[in-house]
Amino acid sequence: MDSRPSRFLPRRLALGAAALSLLAASVFSQMALADEANTTGLAVTDTEVTVGQLHSATGTMAISETGSIQAERLAIEQINASGGILGRQIKIIQEDGASDWPTFAEKAKKLLVGDKVAAVFGCWTSASRKAVLPVFEKENGLLYYPTFYEGLEQSKNVIYTGQEATQQILAGLDWIAKEKGAKTFYLIGSDYIWPRTSMKIARKHIENVLGGEVVGEEYYPLGNTQFGSLINKVKLKKPDVVFTAVVGGSNVAFYKQMKAAGVTSAKQTLLTLSVTEDELLGIGGENMEGFYASMKYFQSLDNPNNAAFVEAFKAKFGKDSVIGDVTQAAYLGPWLWKAAVEKAGSFDVDKVAAASPGIELTTAPEGYVKVHDNHHLWSKTRIGEVQKDGQFKVVFESDLIEPNPFPKGYQ
Amino acid sequence: MNPTLDKFLGGKQGAIGLAVLATLILVVFPLALDAFRLNMVGKYLTYAFVAVGLVLCWGYGGILSLGQGVFFGLGGYCMAMFLKLEASDPESTKIQSTPGIPDFMDWNQITELPLLWQPFHSFGFTLLAVIAVPVILALVIGVAMFKRRVGDVYFSIVTQAIALILTVLIIGQQGLTGGVNGITDLKTLMGWDIRDDSSKLILYFINAFLLFGCILIGRFILASKLGRLLMAMRDKEERVRFSGYDVASFKIFVFCVAAAFSAIGGAMFALQVGFMSPSFVGIVPSIEMVIFAAVGGRMSLLGAVYGALLVNYGKTYFSETFPELWLYLMGGLFIAVVMYFPNGIAGLWESHGRKWLGKLKRQSATPAKPVPVATVPAPNSQPRELESTP
Repeated sequence: MDSRPSRFLPRRLALGAAALSLLAASVFSQMALADEANTTGLAVTDTEVTVGQLHSATGTMAISETGSIQAERLAIEQINASGGILGRQIKIIQEDGASDWPTFAEKAKKLLVGDKVAAVFGCWTSASRKAVLPVFEKENGLLYYPTFYEGLEQSKNVIYTGQEATQQILAGLDWIAKEKGAKTFYLIGSDYIWPRTSMKIARKHIENVLGGEVVGEEYYPLGNTQFGSLINKVKLKKPDVVFTAVVGGSNVAFYKQMKAAGVTSAKQTLLTLSVTEDELLGIGGENMEGFYASMKYFQSLDNPNNAAFVEAFKAKFGKDSVIGDVTQAAYLGPWLWKAAVEKAGSFDVDKVAAASPGIELTTAPEGYVKVHDNHHLWSKTRIGEVQKDGQFKVVFESDLIEPNPFPKGYQ
Repeated sequence: MNPTLDKFLGGKQGAIGLAVLATLILVVFPLALDAFRLNMVGKYLTYAFVAVGLVLCWGYGGILSLGQGVFFGLGGYCMAMFLKLEASDPESTKIQSTPGIPDFMDWNQITELPLLWQPFHSFGFTLLAVIAVPVILALVIGVAMFKRRVGDVYFSIVTQAIALILTVLIIGQQGLTGGVNGITDLKTLMGWDIRDDSSKLILYFINAFLLFGCILIGRFILASKLGRLLMAMRDKEERVRFSGYDVASFKIFVFCVAAAFSAIGGAMFALQVGFMSPSFVGIVPSIEMVIFAAVGGRMSLLGAVYGALLVNYGKTYFSETFPELWLYLMGGLFIAVVMYFPNGIAGLWESHGRKWLGKLKRQSATPAKPVPVATVPAPNSQPRELESTP
């Protein structure tokens, strides 16, 4: 018993010294970290910067979001190979949103609060974005969101790399009215916020600008596969254009049933907002041949940037992989972030967000994009004609269109 | 001991179990976890309300409801509607075509607040509605089913159908409910910012106390004559009926109690997580909630809490560690529980844990003399008694 205190004392001293030196080390490393590139305690060291990736790797949305996951990884790999950002390599923490909106919110919070990531590339559906938006605003994170969407939103904490509704819709409607002399339109969509808002904008444009007429407007629940009565109505009303925003699995049923009912491009003009190369894989090019889609990007775009992008993507993910509009928009995210960080000279979210407007990207596969003050991108809209092999032939390309998420006269 | 108190606590065994859980939830978690993880535990505990309700109506009453998400969702939506109205004051919604209404209504071309939403300006009404709406629905379902002697698997299927119907209704009426997106971006409760770390901590404790309140009510019901009748009904419904009891009324009662518990959980969920969406109402989440009770042990009120905590922690942990694989791991966990521990964690404790504890006690009582191996009873030699202290 006597020997115990004396044995204990040096140990306690040693422990204390160790604790002190640990404390000192952590203080010094904190000081080293707190250079001007990172004043808010993000996960940035002298050699590495951590970012988050938040998509659905499982669940019903996985099939759509996989392309985005791959494109973001490719972009980050390329940035790392070319020397990283401000001399730092990018490290990715991937989280699974599991096609479940609350899970998205939970994981977003984990990435921002737990991992202190400098930026997050993620989300796909509007519902998942709506779920994480309060988290990003509260914790002051930065999200790069790739999907074309309904607009009516603008946040300092989000950069929208896909098109908002007016960019995608108006140019497409103008083209089809001019090219096909279309006067009557039949609007069909899945029943949720994006199709409803898109069709609201389309109806206003058709009635007020094009002087046309909407002869039918219908919405079907997500996942609906019975379109027989709808197709009969279309045959009866004989609209000049069928304008669709049907999403997910419903797409496959809709176009197959259209073909089975004899409504093909020989008899009916159809313009869609929701079919990319990814969806065509499921629908089959032969079931949609000759129909049109309005997008900002098609895999078949003929320019050197795109050729290099498609080649790199196929080299990494297999030669049968296809690239849709959203996949390309997701690819832009890390590059836009890199440009903004370098312009700001800092990873601080406020500085990067402030530096983002005006950022130009001349190396984008879709050509040239520029970040607007409202955090959306200036972009061109293309019309693609579906080919048998599941690709699109680009038949029209607009001028650069200004993003306008709160369009006056369309609300 | 006071006999009424005894009913609440469930005897000495029950009191100890309760104390352990209370220490874990009220002391250990708040001290050991950071604000973010603690908020997550708070979220898990909202599911525990549903699981506790399921122990009552499924474990003891024999009524397997596969639609508890309906009540969780209704409670949550009532609370979310109040919070959303508060978040949609004209000042913060001035960018809309009609300021002062929730943003999703504006997107759906609704220009004035629907009649259904009007009463949710009042907090008192909201609190009442959180309980009353789900309970009235449960009452209607219960009367329609049990008075006609619809039971067993038919009842389960009907509850599942109701879960599906309500999901379709919510998604379809998106101008009124926010559709698939749900009601998001909830900010304050009567001017009190519910997104701060400090307010999250307060909400966590309110949540925990409400949960213990529900457990104590559950214990009281089970310890009363009603509890014994429930078990009798579960085992031999006809005999109870022939003895002159109105079986249907008891079933309706316990089903309503379970619905009320679930609704409280839903309301606390909306407060702690900051939104509500149809993804808590459907068939899949409802079945998940049954799994919480099954993993915890469907005969144990406390086990249900552990089940909800464990399954949800597993979900979070697996999905963070193996983002590509985690669903398989969860599936494996459920299969393992059903195959090897049909009575869940509580059953495992009764059959093995208690014995192990007893052995430990005996060993520490005679530390000098090591117990010869032969005198230790082999695990299988004793009759398995699954004594169930609820």
